[in-house]
Amino acid sequence: MKFPYSQKVLEHFKNPHNVGQIENPDGKGLEGSPACGDMVAVYIKVNPDTKVIEDIKFESYGCASNIATGSVITDIARGKTIDEAKKITWKQASEELGGLPPIKAHCSVLAVEGLRAAIKDYEEKHGLVTEKEPTTEEVVRRRLKHVMNPLTGLDIIRTNLILKTSVKDGVVRVVVDLPANHQFAPAIKEDIIEKLGALWDVEKVDVVFTA
Amino acid sequence: MKPYFFDTYAVATSEFGYSMGIDAKEALERARENMASKLSANSEEVIFTSGSTESSNTALKGVVWALKEKKGKHIIVSKIEDFPVLNTAKALERQGFGVTFLNVDAEGFADLEGLKNAITKETVLVSIQQGNQEIGTVQDLKAISEICEEKDMLLHTDATHSFTRFPLSVKELPVDLITMSAHTIHGPRGIGALYIRKDTPITKFMDGGFQEFNRRAGVEDIPAAVGFAKAVELVTEEENRRLKAMRDRVIDKALSEIPEVTLNGSREKRLPQNANLTFHYVEGESITLHMDMRGFAVSTGSACFSRSLEASHVIRGIGGDHERAHGSVRFTLGRYNRMEDADAAIEAMSEIVARLREISPLARK
Repeated sequence: MKFPYSQKVLEHFKNPHNVGQIENPDGKGLEGSPACGDMVAVYIKVNPDTKVIEDIKFESYGCASNIATGSVITDIARGKTIDEAKKITWKQASEELGGLPPIKAHCSVLAVEGLRAAIKDYEEKHGLVTEKEPTTEEVVRRRLKHVMNPLTGLDIIRTNLILKTSVKDGVVRVVVDLPANHQFAPAIKEDIIEKLGALWDVEKVDVVFTA
Repeated sequence: MKPYFFDTYAVATSEFGYSMGIDAKEALERARENMASKLSANSEEVIFTSGSTESSNTALKGVVWALKEKKGKHIIVSKIEDFPVLNTAKALERQGFGVTFLNVDAEGFADLEGLKNAITKETVLVSIQQGNQEIGTVQDLKAISEICEEKDMLLHTDATHSFTRFPLSVKELPVDLITMSAHTIHGPRGIGALYIRKDTPITKFMDGGFQEFNRRAGVEDIPAAVGFAKAVELVTEEENRRLKAMRDRVIDKALSEIPEVTLNGSREKRLPQNANLTFHYVEGESITLHMDMRGFAVSTGSACFSRSLEASHVIRGIGGDHERAHGSVRFTLGRYNRMEDADAAIEAMSEIVARLREISPLARK
């Protein structure tokens, strides 16, 4: 039989590690992608003294890549401090899995974001958050690095898909170098709105296509 | 098909050509007659194409180009059409034609009142499929064709998934153009056909030679045409009844044995080979992969499965949300399936869905 995934992905997909919930977790993150409909929930137990993630579990309402990435990323994060775990990237997860099809990269991003959201939740609950950062063009570009260009599997910043960004009075404007009728235009647009709309001081996100 | 690859391998010639070409031409015409008789049409009304995509492009663009100056620049298509019609309509829209994307109800039936209201003096063509490619709903073509006839409107129907599986006679229904394909009935891939009622205004879509009554340029694929006609011949009423029984088993068993399952499409008026169900709280690509590992080939309307990363426009079209598309699975029954396969597929589904729900944040146990 021929499958579109590596052996490693298939193993994690068939028998995912660390699945389920943790009762009374110290941190909990739920991330969803409106573009594809997938969702990931991550639960963590953190040692209050060492800040080491002692237990971690995830749930997935998603495709094979999503499940496999959730499995592998929770393996990587277990035993790491929250500061170390924050630095885990989707690229690391993808490498660990022997590569993912480019069009599926956003699925692995989602699992990574679930982990980061769980850590953030922990930090907020335990008074570890520094003050809120106002949204600037730089913040916008940083967030857009988590939106995938499904044509390449790399993010839309690195692949120069974003021509221009501006931030004014809570309105973020993003110009995407694609025609509006491109096959991926609706998915990318939804993803951008979701990523930027979640920022605390952003009221409106305008996504503009070039043709 | 085989003799036309190896023995009579010539290109079809005119009746004044060389003998092997004449033999090839005769085989092509026999194939055409078989196709035409299935529709109760004349054989000059059937042309062979490379498949549904070309047939529907030919029908829509051909009619629109023929009538845009004489009559108008507006067409009507249902919003759950398959891509050949849907995306041709969208392309025409970008070129300045008016397109009405007709609504369908929760089971996928076209809004007939909406159709009546949408037809204007500018309208040149209505295109509504016979059977849906995903949810299997079979339209009331009789009512649709009556509306079109009353308004003197040309009607195209995409019968890719219904041809031979569901009755369709151009003697009984005033349909003007019909898209057909061999790949849905165990025929070869890369061959389709288009029925064009005599005297239908249609401009040639691809320029070139004078083949297919000067309606479709290009050397005909004779082995494939012969294979298509054979595939049509091999579909029997008995087979369709058998498919229908298996389809009903899949639907009934899934609905009764697996919790939280919704049927997509009509229960009664549906293609005999099609079952489509949403298994809530789980994702379709994960299901198809698990099913594949167990030897079942199924399909899903989940965005994760599609090349555009967009959820099924059919499930969205019948008013379903993202979640309903996410967990939708299409089961297509074929000639070589047995009732045991239908049972085994749902037993496998039952286990797979239970496992995936165990890890789903949406399925609250």
